[in-house]
Amino acid sequence: MADDAIRCDACPVLCYIKPGRTGSCDRYGNVDGQLVRLDPHIVLDRALSRGDSVVPFLQKAKDWDGNLVSGEETFVTAIGAGTTYPDYKPAPFIISSEAAGVDMVTVVTEGIFSYCGLKLKIDTDRHLGAECSTVRAQGEAVGHVTTSEYGSQMLSLGGVRHLTGGSRQEGAVTCETLLNLSNGKAVELEIESGARIIVQANQPPIIEGVREERMRVGCGSATIGMFAKQWFGHVDEVVVVDDHITGVLSEHQAGKLLGVPETGIKLKGRRSTPGRYFRVAEPGTSWGGTNIADPLTILAAFDPKIAWPGLRLLMVSTTGEHFAYFQLDEALRPTQRDLPPKLQLSVERIRENCEPALCTVLFMAGAGGSLRAGVTENPVKLTRSVAGSLTRVTSGGAPVYIWPGGGITFMVDVSRMPENAFGYVPTPALVAPIEFTLKLADYSALGGYVDHVRPLASIHREHDGRKHVTAKPENPWPLAAEKNRP
Amino acid sequence: MNVRAQICRLPDGRRLHLHDGPIDLIIEAFGLPAEIEHAYAAATDRFVSILDELCAELSFLRRGVTQDSDRPQGIVARKMLAAVQPYAARHFITPMAAVAGAVAEEILGAMLSPGSLSRAYVNNGGDIALHLLSGETFNVGMVERPDRPSLFGTARISGDDLIRGIATSGWRGRSFSLGIADAVTVLADTASAADAAATIIANAVDLADHPGIRRARACDLAPDSDLGERLVTTSVAPLSSNEIRQALDSGIREAELSLTLGLIHSAAIHLQGEIRTVGALAPNALMLSSTSGSLVHA
Repeated sequence: MADDAIRCDACPVLCYIKPGRTGSCDRYGNVDGQLVRLDPHIVLDRALSRGDSVVPFLQKAKDWDGNLVSGEETFVTAIGAGTTYPDYKPAPFIISSEAAGVDMVTVVTEGIFSYCGLKLKIDTDRHLGAECSTVRAQGEAVGHVTTSEYGSQMLSLGGVRHLTGGSRQEGAVTCETLLNLSNGKAVELEIESGARIIVQANQPPIIEGVREERMRVGCGSATIGMFAKQWFGHVDEVVVVDDHITGVLSEHQAGKLLGVPETGIKLKGRRSTPGRYFRVAEPGTSWGGTNIADPLTILAAFDPKIAWPGLRLLMVSTTGEHFAYFQLDEALRPTQRDLPPKLQLSVERIRENCEPALCTVLFMAGAGGSLRAGVTENPVKLTRSVAGSLTRVTSGGAPVYIWPGGGITFMVDVSRMPENAFGYVPTPALVAPIEFTLKLADYSALGGYVDHVRPLASIHREHDGRKHVTAKPENPWPLAAEKNRP
Repeated sequence: MNVRAQICRLPDGRRLHLHDGPIDLIIEAFGLPAEIEHAYAAATDRFVSILDELCAELSFLRRGVTQDSDRPQGIVARKMLAAVQPYAARHFITPMAAVAGAVAEEILGAMLSPGSLSRAYVNNGGDIALHLLSGETFNVGMVERPDRPSLFGTARISGDDLIRGIATSGWRGRSFSLGIADAVTVLADTASAADAAATIIANAVDLADHPGIRRARACDLAPDSDLGERLVTTSVAPLSSNEIRQALDSGIREAELSLTLGLIHSAAIHLQGEIRTVGALAPNALMLSSTSGSLVHA
């Protein structure tokens, strides 16, 4: 028998289970050599300190003593709740949980959203494609390029037109693309007359095979503009090295306004406007996205009629990752010196302002009338209750932004949701968890299925097929009082 | 009496949930309340020993079947053998190919003896045994990809049809498959017959030596798999429409043979969004695919 398999003794089948696989029941698995119970229904556990997301089999009895059913510390998400469609029946789980002294109700369902899509923000200054260009996955149109935002390019993927309005294959590929991105997987996209990119929620985008590391705070010229005041008086000249536009303080408009005197500095490359230079070097992975290792290679000799011995020169890249400080000697040659603390601070500030480049993914969908009917007999009352903030909407326990106006159209950051929170139906449409939380009295008032409300403890007894996941610390607790929420 | 088994009503108060090891049953009976209670009690009584019975003969049940295999001891094991034996001459098959259907069938049988229910079903992870009096009907949801359960349509089964078993098989499902079908759903006389046929037809939906199809030895994935060193499907790349047609044709040939031999009533084969059907309910099943666009809408 293979020695990396473990034997499960949970039942007489006595499966040998290989690492990363489950036994014939699909409930017990070999996770890194340990027999672990893996269950479909997710209960967000407010134990912030606990990092694991599964209940280990052998500790089952300990984990499942009465503590977990106390209510306020546990919130049942809709993931794996199943859904009834059309929603002529009450949502699969309507759960009452004591929260802050009031009897709270969470209506848990998995919504089927044919009107849904993703908004992608891709942190990069590279050109991905023109506005309105088609975005393709596996050769099928799945979305389009929308606007450029500061430091980012925006894509819109999915929507009902791609899901059900085109060919069957277009719908299937769109659905798969949305599902994979929503569940945190990497997806390759090709933009018409543009770039081929690999995107994944909360990961740096990979553009034409190159991973984007940091967002520049701006080009070299913009960096001069932003930091000129902080340098003034502490240094005579600053060169911000950048593959796109290299900035020079004394020649730059910002330097002129501050009254920075000329320094006689001479840059290689092509001057664009005063203080702004194109192509001081070739593109690369060193200083400011250029190929230079020694920054002095982009400088020609200082003009002896203007420069003076002792002139202080700072050279820094647009991300602050590279920097060097020089003073001119008697022959007006730059000699390297330690960076003075004042300038150290400005370099650190540049670096601090260059945030990690990420691709972020927001899921956007509208809860239709029939989904709302799974919550209450009079669906519009739920809409009004949500609009009036009596009912809180979460998606897999994550906070959502509700778009103003009619209906319940919401956006949620998929990276704040538990793993694999999304599913699909072959319509094609996405299945996403959605929870409505409100006071029991309010639930009754809006025509809720009060007869179907069950105490949280009963879920635990009847559905030991639930899975605990640790609540994400950045998410407000769904049952917390409103005043504690951001 | 075994202490592992979980026996409870689902939250709706109507359905019975029985779980033991790999057996997971959702049961619903329709009739007078007293008859339903009776049926659920009988199902539970029969259920508590069924996994132990099967495990007692597990090594036999995991071996390939021939025309003259020995008869096993247990009644469920005998149902399994009977269901797979018609295929033994042409295919490698073990009684395990029919285990889910046979268990569902056995539990349903136990429920029917005490009373006269109008309708009942025992759903063992998608392999379903049905009871229907004449004039009664069931609407059965059909799943395209068992790894992401969701309905693509429903099939209406009437008590006047002879169909009392439904099963689905495919490489994405709980059991290994030698083929590449996303799902093969079979309607047959019994759940065990449907289970065996779905396995065989799903195995037949295949393309030889295709670089986009990844396979692994079953024993490398699950050391005690009944499929031993046979190669089971682990991933399938997107196929061209020609390739899809070719693989479906191969599955359809197998399904038509089963139909001719009277082993099944109908089958629906799913592969990368394409559906093909054979058998009496074919027009009905085809309708499912064309209505699926409007079937599910939030």
